[in-house]
Amino acid sequence: MTPSADRLGRLLNLVPYLLARPGILIADAAADLGVTERQLREDLELLWMCGLPGYGPGDLIDMAVDEDSVTITYDAGIDRPLRLTPDEALALHVALRLLAESPGAMDRDVVHRTLAKIEKVAAAEGFAVRMPDQPERVEELRGAMDRGRALRITYYTARRDASTERVVDPMRLLLADGRTYLEAWCRSACSVRLFRADRIDALAELEEPSAPPPWAVPTDVAQGVFRPTPELPLVTLRIAREARWVTEYYPCESVTPQPDGDWIVTLRAADLGWAHRLILGLGGRASAVAPPELVASIGDAARSALLAYATD
Amino acid sequence: MSRTRTERLVNLVICLLSTRRFLTAAQIAQTVPGYEHDPSVSKDHEAFQRKFERDKAELRELGVPLETGTSSVFDAEPGYRIAQRDYALPEVQLEPDEAATVGIAAKLWRDHGLAAAASSGLTKLRAAGIDVDPHATLGVEPTLGVEPSFEPVTAAVRDRRVITFDYRIPTEDAARRRRLQPWGAVCWRGRWYVVGHDLDRGATRCFRLSRIVGTVRATGEPGAYTTPDGVDLISQVARFSGGPAPERTGRATVRLAPGRADGIRRRADRLEGDVATLAYADADRLAEFLVGYGADVLVLDPPEVRDAVVHQLRVLAGLHSPAEVAA
Repeated sequence: MTPSADRLGRLLNLVPYLLARPGILIADAAADLGVTERQLREDLELLWMCGLPGYGPGDLIDMAVDEDSVTITYDAGIDRPLRLTPDEALALHVALRLLAESPGAMDRDVVHRTLAKIEKVAAAEGFAVRMPDQPERVEELRGAMDRGRALRITYYTARRDASTERVVDPMRLLLADGRTYLEAWCRSACSVRLFRADRIDALAELEEPSAPPPWAVPTDVAQGVFRPTPELPLVTLRIAREARWVTEYYPCESVTPQPDGDWIVTLRAADLGWAHRLILGLGGRASAVAPPELVASIGDAARSALLAYATD
Repeated sequence: MSRTRTERLVNLVICLLSTRRFLTAAQIAQTVPGYEHDPSVSKDHEAFQRKFERDKAELRELGVPLETGTSSVFDAEPGYRIAQRDYALPEVQLEPDEAATVGIAAKLWRDHGLAAAASSGLTKLRAAGIDVDPHATLGVEPTLGVEPSFEPVTAAVRDRRVITFDYRIPTEDAARRRRLQPWGAVCWRGRWYVVGHDLDRGATRCFRLSRIVGTVRATGEPGAYTTPDGVDLISQVARFSGGPAPERTGRATVRLAPGRADGIRRRADRLEGDVATLAYADADRLAEFLVGYGADVLVLDPPEVRDAVVHQLRVLAGLHSPAEVAA
């Protein structure tokens, strides 16, 4: 939408908005509508010049403005907001469906009631939302969050292939990349961590309250949970056609097709141990190209594993 | 848009909302401030017409339902009006918890996809008198990520227009041009798909939006097809994504290195000391999972899993031979 249409839309909404809230403080209205106070005052001045044909004193939009507040006294017929556009309706419907599909997110009854009401004023068709089934763990985590307790969890870290027990101070639950995560202050690591709900293998609520330190800030997951940074080791793999799905699952820095159909892929690994298990687990449909220590560790692991079968 | 133009457009909306008769362009020019001109001077008249066309386009872009028609058979040229019932958002009353829900929902878009539409939609609900707490948040906060193709795809679904796009499956080397009558967009486990009738395959197909390369073009007339009755978008995508997991009837026994291979231990159906039993459906798939743990796992039984593991390890050893490192 162009900025001009934006302003026109805002003005057409402003009259019914104010009409519903006689005497509202201009500062409050501006904050609620996401504009500056100055912008809002300019909008009001403009509306004052508009009205019904005739454009005499009784035809123009009228309002009582004192220093801080405003009351519409004549609306010139624009007493209702415009209908939702198809995109506005779709945006709200999709988001509400996602909420309804996120167990533990909020009371489902409320979401469904809301959906039914929005449906009446603006229909949206031709879409569907289904999130993965949530482990029971999510409901437990939600309960623990509500009670505001610290938790002792047994957590499996795939990156290190290790289950460890730790005490965490829950901060929030979030859904990202189709999975549920617990974001918490980890007392063992002394930092904010995202714990995948399906990897929390055991959970106990402690008596003490959850108390993340003031400097524990939520992670921005808008760009995905794992955001590769240049400090992480860059690994190069050669992957066969059947393993190309890897490039859809992990953010890659480069993908270079080879004449034989293989792809040379570079990506940032959380650590080399993770890359080591990823490549082994591709069962020969991928190989490490760099760094050399990764190539060596995979070769060594495969050879020593084979040795066990030879002597068995 | 200049202040005068905005003012003119607000006045135009108020004027057309207030009239029951259709007003011709000439009548509008005589009424609404900002359109004054001398219709007998052709240059003046053309300038007015251009201005009026632009203004109508602006209103339509905003979603203002501009109606055209004639009030009587004697009217020579069509006129314009805006029907209040088409213009106005119907009455809606939300309880405080429902209003909070809409507010939270609108924020899920964050700053991508339909974020702007969600926020302007919310503003309209506010204008309808609903108070939405801007600070309401949830314990669980989903994020709604969509690909750039989401908007053209959903617009085409709405208008029932055929879309053309290049689609690339990872196992294929080149993208292929596809022509689709889209029925709906589906968010399945956090990923977006479009389901429809593939015109070249002559069958129902699903496409993952993230695999669409370049732009999605809508072609042909709107309303070019009808979506079949009772089509279940979710189950179409579920089938496309591989259907239900096959039954795990096989049983494999493996020995684990003490204190290692936690990833296998937690997935084991039975664990006695360092010996784990795992149910499986496909020996090769299980072998891949096990090979990921290298020398920390030894398959005891059955032979099909053991052989698959040995085979994969041999390939890996060959691909990562010391000679390769030296090179």
